[in-house]
Amino acid sequence: MIYFNNVTKKYCNDVALEDINISITQGEFVAIVGHSGAGKTTLTKLILAEEYPTDGSVFFQSTDIHKLSSRDLTQFRRKIGVVFQDFRLLPNRTAYENIAFAMEAIGKQNREIKEDVPHVLELVDLTSKASHFPHQLSGGEKQRLAIARAIITQPEIIIADEPTGNLDPINTSDVVNLLKKINDLGTTVIITTHNRNVVDQIKKRVITLEKGRIVRDDKDGKYML
Amino acid sequence: MFIMKLKRVIVAGYRSFTRSGFTSVASILVMTITLFVITSLIFIQAGLNSTLNDIKEKVDVTVYFVSDANEDDIKEVEESLKKLPEVRDVSYTSQDDALIQFKERHSNDYLTLQALDELGDNPLGASLNIKAEDPSQYESIAKYFENENALSREHFTIIDKIDYHQNKIVIDRLTSIINGAKKLGFAISLILILISLLITFNTIRLIIYMSKEEISIMKLMGAEGRYIRGPFIFSGILVGLIASIITIIIFIPVSIWLGNQMTDFIGINLFAYYKSNFLQLFIIMLGSGVIIGSVSSIFAIHRYLRK
Repeated sequence: MIYFNNVTKKYCNDVALEDINISITQGEFVAIVGHSGAGKTTLTKLILAEEYPTDGSVFFQSTDIHKLSSRDLTQFRRKIGVVFQDFRLLPNRTAYENIAFAMEAIGKQNREIKEDVPHVLELVDLTSKASHFPHQLSGGEKQRLAIARAIITQPEIIIADEPTGNLDPINTSDVVNLLKKINDLGTTVIITTHNRNVVDQIKKRVITLEKGRIVRDDKDGKYML
Repeated sequence: MFIMKLKRVIVAGYRSFTRSGFTSVASILVMTITLFVITSLIFIQAGLNSTLNDIKEKVDVTVYFVSDANEDDIKEVEESLKKLPEVRDVSYTSQDDALIQFKERHSNDYLTLQALDELGDNPLGASLNIKAEDPSQYESIAKYFENENALSREHFTIIDKIDYHQNKIVIDRLTSIINGAKKLGFAISLILILISLLITFNTIRLIIYMSKEEISIMKLMGAEGRYIRGPFIFSGILVGLIASIITIIIFIPVSIWLGNQMTDFIGINLFAYYKSNFLQLFIIMLGSGVIIGSVSSIFAIHRYLRK
């Protein structure tokens, strides 16, 4: 589904990623682990075409993501749900509106929005906070809202960049369970983390990065650094 | 589909406008100042024009005829003058009128009046007072008389003198002052408008800069450029709309005050001017507000929408 083909990314002269080759198939749950600065976030940004590779290419199915036109890129991004460490919610919109925006953005009808949003809010246990603004929510609630926003459009892939980085252990566990549940329904999930407990709880494929290179790629991985 | 999207854009723009609180107030304030400057400059131009017109009115050229000139000949000169494109108005003062005016002017000067009486005859000649379309044209009118071909020989001889040459320096100076004042007024207006436009543009740019995170999230969620841009443009239009209404209201007391205090100085009553041009001014303000607001938003957001 996603292929990294000899990808190298440099910022000026600093190498962020070097000679990366990865193949991710549909329905997989992949954890990308590594210390800060190992290149985890750069990897996710390359998939989202927020960054362009210095060398090599990234494919989604058979299309080179970085050669898409502006319009096609917009269409491509609709197939991906994104969750960030810093949540990146729309600050001036309520929880409900944040989720609704994701549906509005891809042109869904009002009727569908009215049906689906309460459903997803219930799934992430935020029904009672629907009219709260992001700054009125706790860290765990914000991240659950971000996940709700990511899944509402039923994307083919969920990319979660350090989704538990700002959360306490209980919230972390909630978020991981939520992501596992989404994966069980058939969505490909790519998560980056440096949290040992998260990786050990998932018990799925683990790709370990060190200084921009892949040092380990285990099918049934454990956290080893 | 289009109506649904437009509705969403308007709702989102309105919400972000009302929820931004202080930021919205700040942009309305800056926009109001810009519109205030633009409207003030329109007022100043109106005042300046009326003052300059007053001065222009005071400039004229008078052709004096010899005292034994035939009235028919003078009328002929008057007709030929009226045909000149530079001439706006010619007024004829007969010998008798000239005498009456002279006596009125010197009604307290007993000696002069007595001397006039002793002459017995009316020593004053008739005259034609000429007003040009523009002060710079007096010279060509004066030259018209010097050109012998323009007037027949007999007409030429009945002219006693033309006071253009005595007035030349004053007329030239006034012409250059009027032209200078116009140019300066225009340049200052242009600079002030430019400055206030830049300030407004920068304010809106800063506000959109604060939303750049929001824009990048929307992009990552696969929202179309138009759909992201729409609410920002609508907010910009809203700012322009509200600012123009505030400005139009502010100018009511301002023009009343200026009308009471400054009418003699400026030459026109600004409140009367404001009343008679209200619709025009309101459209100018509304138009500038909406255009500045929306165009600034479009420019400011453009850089964040590139992929």
